[in-house]
Amino acid sequence: MSLLNRREALRTLLYERGKLIVVTGLGSSAYDLASCGNEPLDFPLWGAMGGAAMVGLGIALAQPEYKALVVTGDGEMLMGLGSLATIAAQRPSNLRIVVMDNERFGETGQQHTHTAARTDLAAVATGCGFQHVRTIRQASELEPLRVDLHALDDLLFAVVKVSPEELPRVLPPRDGAYLTHRLRAALLGAERALEA
Amino acid sequence: MQIIDESLAAHPQQHDQEWAEGVYELFKAYHVELISFVPDGGHKQLIAYCQSDPTLRTVTLTTEEEGIALAAGAFLGGKRSALLMQSSGVGNCINMLSLPRACNMPFLALVTMRGEWGEFNPWQVPMGQGTPVILEASGVIVYRADSVEEVCPTVEAAILLAFQSRHRVAVLLSQKLIGAKNFTGGDK
Repeated sequence: MSLLNRREALRTLLYERGKLIVVTGLGSSAYDLASCGNEPLDFPLWGAMGGAAMVGLGIALAQPEYKALVVTGDGEMLMGLGSLATIAAQRPSNLRIVVMDNERFGETGQQHTHTAARTDLAAVATGCGFQHVRTIRQASELEPLRVDLHALDDLLFAVVKVSPEELPRVLPPRDGAYLTHRLRAALLGAERALEA
Repeated sequence: MQIIDESLAAHPQQHDQEWAEGVYELFKAYHVELISFVPDGGHKQLIAYCQSDPTLRTVTLTTEEEGIALAAGAFLGGKRSALLMQSSGVGNCINMLSLPRACNMPFLALVTMRGEWGEFNPWQVPMGQGTPVILEASGVIVYRADSVEEVCPTVEAAILLAFQSRHRVAVLLSQKLIGAKNFTGGDK
C-alpha cells in the first residue's frame, strides 16, 4: 500500500470548502495550501513553529459561526503537543486539526521526527481528551473526513499518513500584516478589520 | 528538615491584591474578552474574577507561548485578549512573539515578577532579571507598576497602546507590589 500524496490529500479535503478558515503550520503545509490556491480565508504561517493549533483555537473561539481547520505537519505538531491538552480542555466544536504526518522534518533535510520512531500523534490527542480522532492511510478515508470537517459539531483530530517525497515549493504570501488584514476583512468586513 | 505551611508563607501581601478588581473592570470596559494564563499566585485574584464572569473566556495554558498564538488567532477572529503569566514564563515566549510582530497584531501581557525584590529562590533570579530586556529584544514595549496605585493607570495605558496602536505591550507587576515569596522565614 503506497502512502498518500499530501497535496492530493489536502486538495480532496478542501474541495468545496466554502467558508472553512484554514490555518497552516510553516513549511510544507503552507506550500500545500498555496498549491490549492490563495484565498482570503487562508492563514499560512511562515514561522511560530508549534503555534498553528493555538492560532486555530483563537480563531475558533472568536468566530463560533465559522469552522476553523488547522493543517500542519508532524514536526510542527510535536513542538506544540501541550496545546492539544489546552484545546481538548476548551473543546471548541468548530475546530479541526489535521496533521499531515510524513514522519520527517521536511524543510531541513528530511530528518526523521518522533513519529518515525514510536510516537503516535492520534494517541496523544486521544490521551489529551479529544473524542473524535482518526488516522488515515487510504485515499478512500479522505472523503468522509472532508464531510466531517463541515458536518461534525465537535472538536476533531486526524492524522493523515503521507509520503515523505519532496514536492516543488509553492509559496504563499509572506507578508504577515497582509495575511492578517485579508483574513480579518473577510471575517469582520473591511471597516472593522482596520480597528482592533 | 524544614516543614513550611506554604499558604501562610507564600505571598505575605497576597490578601491585598485590590488592584485585581480594577484590572478586571478594565478588561470589561475595553472588551478584552479572552484571558489566557499559566497561573501565578500574583494573578490569583484576577484569574478568579475572570473565571467567575461568564462573558469572559478563560483558557488555561500548558506553557506561555501557547497564549501568544492564541491571542493572534483571537485577533484574526476579531476578539481582544490578554495573557497573564509569571516572569519565569517570559523566556518560553521569545520565538512565538515573532508572530504578532510579523503580522502587526496587538498583544497584551500582564507579567507578575519574581527574582527581583527580596527573592528567596535563586532559580527565579535569572529569568526575573532578564524579563525586561528579553521582552524588549523581542519587540515588546515594557511598562511597569511598582505600587497598587500605579496598576490600573498602567494597565489602561497598555490596553490603549496595544489595541489602538497595534503594538506588543507587557505590564510588569513588580515583586514589590506582589509581595516576595519566602518559604524560609528569611533565616531571621
